[in-house]
Amino acid sequence: MPEDRVNSYRTGPDERGRFGQFGGRFVSETLMPLILDLEAEWERAKEDPAFWAEMDDLWTHYVGRPSPLYFAPRLTERLGGAKIYLKRDELNHTGAHKINNVLGQILLARRMGKTRIIAETGAGQHGVATATVCAKFGLQCVVYMGAHDVERQAPNVFRMRLLGATVIPVTSGRGTLKDAMNDALRDWVTNVRDTFYCIGTVAGPHPYPAMVRDFQSIIGREVRWQMEQAEGRLPDTIVAAIGGGSNAMGLFHPFLDDPSVRIIGVEAGGKGVDDRMEHCASLTGGRPGVLHGNKTYLLQDADGQILEGYSISAGLDYPGIGPEHAWLRDIGRAEYVAITDAEALEAFQVLCATEGIIPALEPSHALAHVMKIAPGLPADHLIVMNLCGRGDKDIFTVAKALGVEVRT
Amino acid sequence: MTRIAETFGRLGREGRKAFVAYVMAGDPDPETAREIVLGLPGAGVDIVELGVPFTDPMADGPTIQLAGQRALAAGQTLRGTLDLAAEFRRAHPDVPLVLMGYYNPIFSMGVEAFLGAAREAGVDGLIVVDLPPEEDEELALPARAAGLDFIRLATPTTDDRRLPAVAANASGFVYYVSITGITGAAAADPEAVAPDVARIRAATGLPVVVGFGIRTPEAARAIAAVADGAVVGSAIVSEVAQGRPPAEVLRFVADLARGAHAEAGEAA
Repeated sequence: MPEDRVNSYRTGPDERGRFGQFGGRFVSETLMPLILDLEAEWERAKEDPAFWAEMDDLWTHYVGRPSPLYFAPRLTERLGGAKIYLKRDELNHTGAHKINNVLGQILLARRMGKTRIIAETGAGQHGVATATVCAKFGLQCVVYMGAHDVERQAPNVFRMRLLGATVIPVTSGRGTLKDAMNDALRDWVTNVRDTFYCIGTVAGPHPYPAMVRDFQSIIGREVRWQMEQAEGRLPDTIVAAIGGGSNAMGLFHPFLDDPSVRIIGVEAGGKGVDDRMEHCASLTGGRPGVLHGNKTYLLQDADGQILEGYSISAGLDYPGIGPEHAWLRDIGRAEYVAITDAEALEAFQVLCATEGIIPALEPSHALAHVMKIAPGLPADHLIVMNLCGRGDKDIFTVAKALGVEVRT
Repeated sequence: MTRIAETFGRLGREGRKAFVAYVMAGDPDPETAREIVLGLPGAGVDIVELGVPFTDPMADGPTIQLAGQRALAAGQTLRGTLDLAAEFRRAHPDVPLVLMGYYNPIFSMGVEAFLGAAREAGVDGLIVVDLPPEEDEELALPARAAGLDFIRLATPTTDDRRLPAVAANASGFVYYVSITGITGAAAADPEAVAPDVARIRAATGLPVVVGFGIRTPEAARAIAAVADGAVVGSAIVSEVAQGRPPAEVLRFVADLARGAHAEAGEAA
């Protein structure tokens, strides 16, 4: 890690919670004192070895970290170019990277004496992770989920309820992740004194983007030493899918100051990134705006009204993106591309067939981009792709898209 | 002296409290909203809060959310809202009008362009729910420089530690959100509100109006008695939602105004 912090990409955000022009604290006055309390508690916890000792213990024995860094030989052979490694965060307890962050926030909530946890969820992975950790610590858990997502992610809704959470279907707007986040914020404004809002991605008001990134950075830190063990050097390219951007930020952040490492974030291109706006590619097809507590790239119309976006993947179906990604894009440290539903579906099937791994639709987007670039790269080029979730939750969606009827 | 300061000065001399009414621009359609908004001063409204529709009003309850959706579906834009403000100004040269909404439509138009247009339209002040004092550089400071009041929100969570931040750069009046919650939710309790109003008035030296959870003339009277004014929003918007014609909505508003203007103890 470089000693020279002056020219580091890893020092953000500033004291106002900004990454360049992005980020900030765009919340109502009711929430402001709580946001400041949270920031103070996070600053204390960050420097407290006992906090990290508890995290490490839970990461090891409850989540199952470190997750493997797996060389994918048949995928590599099939693509005929770069050597492809998969970071197996889908093997975590609850089947995705989300729990890395939830554990940290719930430990903070306990330190702050909060007894009620609320969360928003899109695909249901963050909701399941939050319900899981709340069950483990005996905390009340309320999950807001768009009514449309409740329908397309039914297995995760049942999981959350089994784990003791109350799942509230959100019918405002179009009933997806954005609307769930609005209702979670409304709950928080109403129950501000006893409630902790466990945000699932690197978005929201400061300190959430930085805090969630710090919890998810375990992914990239593990990749550094695992790659050192496997190949004796850093990877050449790292790739991750982006909805809000937490798994990607977790992989990217430890590598930001390594100029030899090419960083690529993959957004959901839905039915194609064009003026029909049937996609969720905020960076590729949006412009800067303010929503959900932060300034970042958003899908919006000419009047500044937020558009709903569209993706086959409920976890990427969000019209914004974490502010640090917005900054990394504008300064050019990371590249951002879009992958369509059709391309993601193809990648999903390729990984099943070549490696015996059923990926979630979210990382299938990242894989689809790997499939585009790997063939043109030399055999000694090392790619790490974050396989951030497993695909069990998506089999019905995929079956439907492929025209297969699955009876339950 | 600004229209807002003049209005509070006049009300003070008359020994009356301010009645502030919130209506969503463009709800349920531009023409109906126009009739209602232009009729508010005649119904006894001292200060008009014109809601700016936004797709994601995260501090608002279902009533205001749906009003914004109706207005947007009917084609309301920020430009259209500024045009309505300009028309109001021509009809009512002395009645303060403030815009209330969220930051993104303003940011999207561009802060300088928006402030120029708002000034030209005769807008007196801005209430922007998602701009706390920590983000003053975004809009509060440029708005003050452009001669517009930037009206602060204070809440039950605004404790003494935070009051100085809320007081700095505040102007016009302070809008005290009487409950922790969203618009149209639980009722405000005048006894609980009174000490907070006194605290905020002392810290800011500005009039304090109280809103959220006021639905009836009696509640408006009780709240106005312990503050410098009362704001009613969701209850009026509910009348619009039920499809009542403008004249009926304005009669409802007039009842609320009589409540707020009645002396404490006097029948509303």
